[in-house]
Amino acid sequence: MARISGIDLPKEKRVEIALTYLYGIGLALSKKILAKAGVNPDVRVKNLKDDEVARIQNTINTENLKVEGDLRREVSMNIKRLIDIGTYRGSRHRKGLPVRGQRTKTNARTRKGPRKTVGSGRKKEE
Amino acid sequence: MKKGPYVDPKLLKLVQKMNRAGDKKVLKTYARRSTVHPEMVGHTFAIHNGKKFIPVFITENMVGHKMGEFAPTRTFKAHGAVKTEKAVALK
Repeated sequence: MARISGIDLPKEKRVEIALTYLYGIGLALSKKILAKAGVNPDVRVKNLKDDEVARIQNTINTENLKVEGDLRREVSMNIKRLIDIGTYRGSRHRKGLPVRGQRTKTNARTRKGPRKTVGSGRKKEE
Repeated sequence: MKKGPYVDPKLLKLVQKMNRAGDKKVLKTYARRSTVHPEMVGHTFAIHNGKKFIPVFITENMVGHKMGEFAPTRTFKAHGAVKTEKAVALK
């Protein structure tokens, strides 16, 4: 069983692709890692030898690549910092709105989530 | 050629002067586009938001951000709803 940085790789896929199942590794980085570790990117994960798995893990460790938990923590710490020092960007994160100046009159659904219809809320004033 | 961050020269000069004299005054500034320089840590700035000056105490991890990021220029008063007594009274 190929287990790298605490994640099980999908068995039926080529290593090159399988590595991208790790958070923080895309196809480009995956290729780079395999070249460095001297592993053929075309073999299926189930056919990997134990020492090849070890070499891949080793490369990730020695290259100081942040993956999975560490990377997620770094990202959320960065966001937390923005919020704590009271920046505009922090307040956008807090409100769950787009951070980089996009329009919010329409669209922005990725950040805002599913549409929630809001009524006028102006019911009785007297 | 890399130019490096923009720091408002007037503001920096004032801060350096205050650092030498060792006093801490609140500096009013319009220089929202200025980067927060390491020397500014520990000072309080009153940053203009277009209407008034927002006091901001500069801490270490604010270095590298722009002044304007700490003084929001927009006010969002919730949609609709004038429900509470207070809001009605204000009106």
